[in-house]
Amino acid sequence: MKRNAQLGLLLTGLALFLLPFAAGLLGDAWIRILAFSLLYMMLALGLNIVVGYAGLLDMGYVAFYAVGAYSYALLASPHLTDHFPVLAQAFPAGLHLSAWIAIPLAAGLAALFGVLLGFPVLRLRGDYLAIVTLGFGEIIRIFLNNLNAPLNITNGPQGLARIDPVRLGPISFAEPLSVLGVVIPSAQLYYTLFLLLTLLVMLISIRLEHSRIGRAWMAIREDEIAAKAMGINTRNMKLLAFALGASFGGVSGAMFAAFQGFVSPESFVLSESVVIVAMVVLGGMGHVQGVALGALLLYAIPEGLRYVARPLQLELFGAEWIAPEALRMLLFGLSLVLIMLLRPRGLWAPTRGGSA
Amino acid sequence: MTRPLLEVSDVSKRFGGVAALSGVSLQIPRGEIVGLIGPNGAGKTTLFNVITGLYPPDSGNFSLDGRRYDPESIHRVVEAGIARTFQNIRLFAQMTALQNVMVGRHIRSSGPHSGPLGAIFRTPTFRRNERAIAEAAQSLLHYVGIGALSQSLASTLSYGDQRRLEIARALATDPLLLALDEPAAGMNPTEKNTLEQLLRRIQADGRTILLIEHDVRMVMGLCSDVTVLDAGRVISRGAPRFVREDPAVIEAYLGRGHRHG
Repeated sequence: MKRNAQLGLLLTGLALFLLPFAAGLLGDAWIRILAFSLLYMMLALGLNIVVGYAGLLDMGYVAFYAVGAYSYALLASPHLTDHFPVLAQAFPAGLHLSAWIAIPLAAGLAALFGVLLGFPVLRLRGDYLAIVTLGFGEIIRIFLNNLNAPLNITNGPQGLARIDPVRLGPISFAEPLSVLGVVIPSAQLYYTLFLLLTLLVMLISIRLEHSRIGRAWMAIREDEIAAKAMGINTRNMKLLAFALGASFGGVSGAMFAAFQGFVSPESFVLSESVVIVAMVVLGGMGHVQGVALGALLLYAIPEGLRYVARPLQLELFGAEWIAPEALRMLLFGLSLVLIMLLRPRGLWAPTRGGSA
Repeated sequence: MTRPLLEVSDVSKRFGGVAALSGVSLQIPRGEIVGLIGPNGAGKTTLFNVITGLYPPDSGNFSLDGRRYDPESIHRVVEAGIARTFQNIRLFAQMTALQNVMVGRHIRSSGPHSGPLGAIFRTPTFRRNERAIAEAAQSLLHYVGIGALSQSLASTLSYGDQRRLEIARALATDPLLLALDEPAAGMNPTEKNTLEQLLRRIQADGRTILLIEHDVRMVMGLCSDVTVLDAGRVISRGAPRFVREDPAVIEAYLGRGHRHG
């Protein structure tokens, strides 16, 4: 790598870590928006492996987000010990799984679910695949919604609360941290952790893309029969794409649960899957930087509008003409249409089919 | 006489009520270019697809290089040593020429390093392997005469170059038998000539070629042995000169009532 490029990368990284200080001046809500954009970036990057690289349209990706979120929520909240005396006896102090164990665990569990989804859909492509995966996403959500009887495992629609925050030694991420007089708000602690995870996810994505695995995925995307005829074991490569893609979603889900302290099936509805697909397609399928940009724009802009739309209208027109929520969806739809018309391959499409 | 490289016998394949192949046998001697011809709908491509693992056969015995192989799974067939091209070119359009050929090389370069961990940690073995794949692919591009186009997207290559790229990609799997489905279709005479030279060179380098081709002049010029299919059966087999004179072949192509000469 060139020296200048290295320096540029270092400065960008530094700027990203310091960004919340600037956002914090506008209010802590903005730091939360940034932190959430990073969660969505991880989701979009995970889906990019399945959709962007391997060309398998997955419309139920939010299921893996749910698996990650619930696996952390169950193992780091009092819910299970409250409802199962056996567990309460075995763990008198509660389960309280550390987030540092939960992250790889959530990744692993989500990967397992990815394979579970992958097996039945190996022979499907295009529309058929989209419908089945969409169904899978709904099945997971409906399970979470209904697994409160006869055994109360997920607490149904009420969701799971009192989830432990991430802890690093004596530091709890739920409380502001004061370092040498500088107070770092809780959201910023999470932001920093999410940023590290997102960068890791990006690095893994890029390295996979530029390897025999990435080439095999792209070959399957371009022409599955030709890929088979070249000796690619398409079954294994597809399962690998489902598993790895899902694992990123699982990590994002676990972090979501820790950050919110609460999860419920409502967070994992179909429209979330649709938004994640839109992030990938809009940003540029198969291009890591493009997908990250897509996630940032599609999450941060609509969220930001929530805070900006009303004061801005009052300032300009003296009255609120359009409700912020309506305006959000209006602009969201409009931007999707415009981008697909003007840049059908995505905002930041790959220059070539990825390099060797 | 030495044992043929490829021996298939009693191959049958039905599509619903249509018997596309019934009891077909085919032998391909080592180091030769063998032609498979027949009128439209005779079952050439079906036989080709069965041999190369694309369609599962209803019955048949398959062996390559004296070893039986199972045509049920394509990547096993490729592993055994049969690589193919397609009648309607099937390249990885949005990948570069080099990447296309590299994909073909994967099956001959897999090992413990080829899992995701090798790729994520960029282990030295992984990197060495990637370099070897790229070098092999580049030299194959030179071999088929498009070495300068390695960084072009496959979809941007000219028709003739796409045909060559497909051959290079098939050669990357290091096949004992290279199976070409109408490689000269849609080519002009100059392109056909260069293709013939390329095929002769591949043969001279020790590979065996199975060729489906409509261009009779090309088949007669290249092939040492021709098998003729009609309505899912072998109706003639032998040297091109002999096959051309065979009344059964003439009848299949021209219909009853015609007399040769």
